[in-house]
Amino acid sequence: MTRSAPRASRDAPHVLIVGGGGTGGALAHDLTLRGIRITLVERGEFTSGTTGRHHGLLHSGARYAVNDRESAIECIEENAILRAICPGSFEENDGLFVALTDEDMEYYDDLVEGCKACGIPIEELAPQEALRMEPLLNPELKAAIRVPDATMDAMRMPLRFFATAKHGGATLYNFMEVLDVVVDGGAVTGATVRDHVTGSVGDIHADLVVNATGPWSEKIARMAGVDVPISPSPGVMLALRGRLCNMVINRMHRSGDGDIVVPQRALSVVGTSSWTVEDPDELDVPEDHVTRMRVEGAKLIPAVAQAGFRAAWSAARPLIGSKDAEAGRELSRTFKTIDHAGEGVEGLVTITGGKATTLRGMAELCGDVICRKLGIDRPCSTRSVTTLPHTAFYAETERRLA
Amino acid sequence: MSPADARSGSSTATRRFRVYRYKRGDPGWRFDPFEVPVGPSTTVLDALRWIQLHRDRSLALRHSCFHASCGTCGMQVNGREVLGCVTLADPLGSTITVEPLANIPVLTDLVVDMGHVFDRFPDEIGTVRMSEELPQASPPDGIDAYERFEDCIECGLCLSACPVSATSDAYVGPAALAAAQRLLEEPRGVDPERILDWADDPMGAWRCHAAFECTEACPSNVRPAERIMALRGVLATGHRTVATVKPA
Repeated sequence: MTRSAPRASRDAPHVLIVGGGGTGGALAHDLTLRGIRITLVERGEFTSGTTGRHHGLLHSGARYAVNDRESAIECIEENAILRAICPGSFEENDGLFVALTDEDMEYYDDLVEGCKACGIPIEELAPQEALRMEPLLNPELKAAIRVPDATMDAMRMPLRFFATAKHGGATLYNFMEVLDVVVDGGAVTGATVRDHVTGSVGDIHADLVVNATGPWSEKIARMAGVDVPISPSPGVMLALRGRLCNMVINRMHRSGDGDIVVPQRALSVVGTSSWTVEDPDELDVPEDHVTRMRVEGAKLIPAVAQAGFRAAWSAARPLIGSKDAEAGRELSRTFKTIDHAGEGVEGLVTITGGKATTLRGMAELCGDVICRKLGIDRPCSTRSVTTLPHTAFYAETERRLA
Repeated sequence: MSPADARSGSSTATRRFRVYRYKRGDPGWRFDPFEVPVGPSTTVLDALRWIQLHRDRSLALRHSCFHASCGTCGMQVNGREVLGCVTLADPLGSTITVEPLANIPVLTDLVVDMGHVFDRFPDEIGTVRMSEELPQASPPDGIDAYERFEDCIECGLCLSACPVSATSDAYVGPAALAAAQRLLEEPRGVDPERILDWADDPMGAWRCHAAFECTEACPSNVRPAERIMALRGVLATGHRTVATVKPA
């Protein structure tokens, strides 16, 4: 527990973070520990955009070890850090990559080599060993590789960062929507917001504004007249009743539709598909994608075919790159901090890309950029600070704008 | 396409939603009517999001996971406690009334103050438990036993449905007592005597009237009422082992 974080002094620089997903929460935590005054605004409930909707995988990095080693290395490093600083927020059951066909087996050596190159610990398993661990796996499997995947609670794990930031003195507003950015002399100096709790409109001034709105980051950037190369890339997920596995089950081949089953509570979540859209608010749930999840998932675990339906939904990944990348799969899963001073607009930084597993690492790098801009020389300390439990988030009366 | 249109399939029909509205400073609450296109797989949450995007951006509601795992989108729909994300709109009739959960203070519109719920829990509530699924499975080397998240998703539906909580704000309510019983089933380092002392209170396990509305409302099969009865069994007999409550 870290209730002893130093509170920012009244004359400390003030940073306004727009976006209450995992990235915004982790950044609020990071900067609060560095003594910066933080206000964070989120138009809905915290984690209501992309963060809360993901399938709940704490990545080992193995999924990216063949084609996107930068992302893979980020994942395995953050995987270990998050387990240490968020104890109790994971089902720590590991994961399997399962080969079903001769074609899958052609991927085997690449995966082993990629994991070794990225520092991802693996264990090669014969089919009968994998079946002993996961009896409902497709009995025709040809081989399996054990990796340190885990299941996370997609809302409660990030909420720990919000909780810790809040108890450290950060001001966090949910249901507060940015209507426009405030520009003064060519620099962004704050934002005009509507408080959906009171209905009132007002300005929040800050020394720096951070755009942490994931797939919505282009909308916020446009308010300041700058561009962010983001492709909102939705995927469909299917939640089935019953826990058909305890480990995370991945298909051993290149990233594709329906190639993962993530157990979570008493559910099994099958994911995912990938396409790109213009507007991350207008997500549909194509029926054929839901069917594909069922069909592809059943190849990994045949019982997926008969399991009871619980829910199907879409979430938009904030992938970096142009919308010309049609399927979204060719875009890197890594993240990027953009200082818009380079485009002539001071006072605005965008952090985007990445994934839930790397939220802390994203915040660290973005925090470094922000501290440099603000002339603050204080290193990141989030690697070693245990976050408060998610319940601590609710343990204080909320504040609203006057 | 919108969230609601998207799931409409071929047979979209318009439904009248009556949505509870309140902003801090308003003299009182009211229902606002909205006509919403609804298809066979449109959920109540989809419909409310459609209203937000296309009719009234100021409508405030909580949601996160969209698959009944986070517990944020609890609400009353036509008078019953549900999670909006897994409740289909189509079978609910031509007029669908949406209200915030009961017995929890309303912050705005459909948003309730969940601090009021968490305040009631014992301090040590667990988030992860041993997995009882696939008992024939042997975990890999280095993992003693498979584990999983607790079933309770802290949604507040049981508290809203509880007739005793409606009359007595001091009653800790079904979610907190169920969490206490889970700690006795699987203490994971917590002292059972402390939990029993906490539950052994006129506003604890003894306040329940056994209406079982909580078990009826629970979207996650926790069976809070059965757990309260199990707690009472321990307290009444002095036997320090709690009966195990299995999912129905």
